[in-house]
Amino acid sequence: MAAKPKPRVKVPKTAKAGETIVIKTLISHKMESGQRKDKEGKIIPRKIINKFTCEFNGEPVFSCDMDPAISANPYFEFRAKVPESGMFKFSWVDDDGSVYTDEQKIEVS
Amino acid sequence: MKKISLAVAAVATMVSSSVVSAYADPVDDKLVIDGQEMITRAPAPEGHPFKEVLSGWLFREPETRELEADSFQNSGMLYVERGQEIWNTVEGSKGKSCASCHNDAAESMKGISAHYPKWDADAKRPINIELQIDKCRTQNMGAEAYKFDAPEQKALTTFIKYQSLGAPVKLDLKQGEMQSWWDRGKKEYYTRTGQLNLACASCHEASMGKHIRADHLSQGQANGFPTYRLKQADMVSLHNRLRGCIRDTRAEMPKPFSDELMALEVYVTWRGTGLSVETPAVRQ
Repeated sequence: MAAKPKPRVKVPKTAKAGETIVIKTLISHKMESGQRKDKEGKIIPRKIINKFTCEFNGEPVFSCDMDPAISANPYFEFRAKVPESGMFKFSWVDDDGSVYTDEQKIEVS
Repeated sequence: MKKISLAVAAVATMVSSSVVSAYADPVDDKLVIDGQEMITRAPAPEGHPFKEVLSGWLFREPETRELEADSFQNSGMLYVERGQEIWNTVEGSKGKSCASCHNDAAESMKGISAHYPKWDADAKRPINIELQIDKCRTQNMGAEAYKFDAPEQKALTTFIKYQSLGAPVKLDLKQGEMQSWWDRGKKEYYTRTGQLNLACASCHEASMGKHIRADHLSQGQANGFPTYRLKQADMVSLHNRLRGCIRDTRAEMPKPFSDELMALEVYVTWRGTGLSVETPAVRQ
């Protein structure tokens, strides 16, 4: 979709200390590979999300680099152990330099 | 399933190894979306060539099926969200949005799409959700009709159909002249066209369940449209898909919303009677 990329994140609101939780993320993004041509035969410039990171209270949880073969609307699902209450921070870095972010609080009892 | 195919293979080897059919059964699996079970198998209505109508979901790979089952992973849900924004956006000379008249779509549109196409007494022809939206826009909102497959048209149609998720498809053929459009659609369904000389029924009836190269042929049901297709990584409308099928037979494509395609939509939708609306379905 042409609209501005919009991140969606699913993190449980609460967890027990030391519990392993499932985190799901998805961002709407065209992931233009740079391999396609338009009607005039000109190459459509590459525009993808090239990096995704997740931090918990400032500590890295998960990160990865992305390459042009990844489909539109990249989806990530991963697990994390939560020792304490805090904040998950997610960021997606676009080829044009934009950074899309999201934050999710979790209460650990 | 493995046992049966092994047995088939063994018998076939004894007779001749060349008679092994490419037929593969649709899977025996349940589709549950956000706790609601979808009807993916339903007894066929009277006059139907099959005993049971099957959702295309049963013919897809496990990864694709999982995408549809999880509304978070399903990229089609992005269009539902976009459609909701459009629903609440004022457009046109009369200063109205969809919500101005229809309020909360979760209530006003619930189950509605399962009964489309419907007879439109003004136009004297069946109309689908896309045409109903255009009718509202031009007559009640003072806005312009959408261009075919405009992103807004696909998003709003997806959003409205999503309000009927799970509702079984049921057309009322007694309205107006619906029956004669059904007849016309049926005739089209069985008419071979194009350089490849194929009818809809060649693939989706006679060869249902077989593989056409890497593609597992389904019954060609309409209940999941607009559908998120991984091939396009985009939402695909029903008329776009019907045109795509016709193009693949190397025939000339009828215009979107033309009488030909509306008749076909009426008939094809009827062939999926009893299946849940699965919009936004995910397909290959």
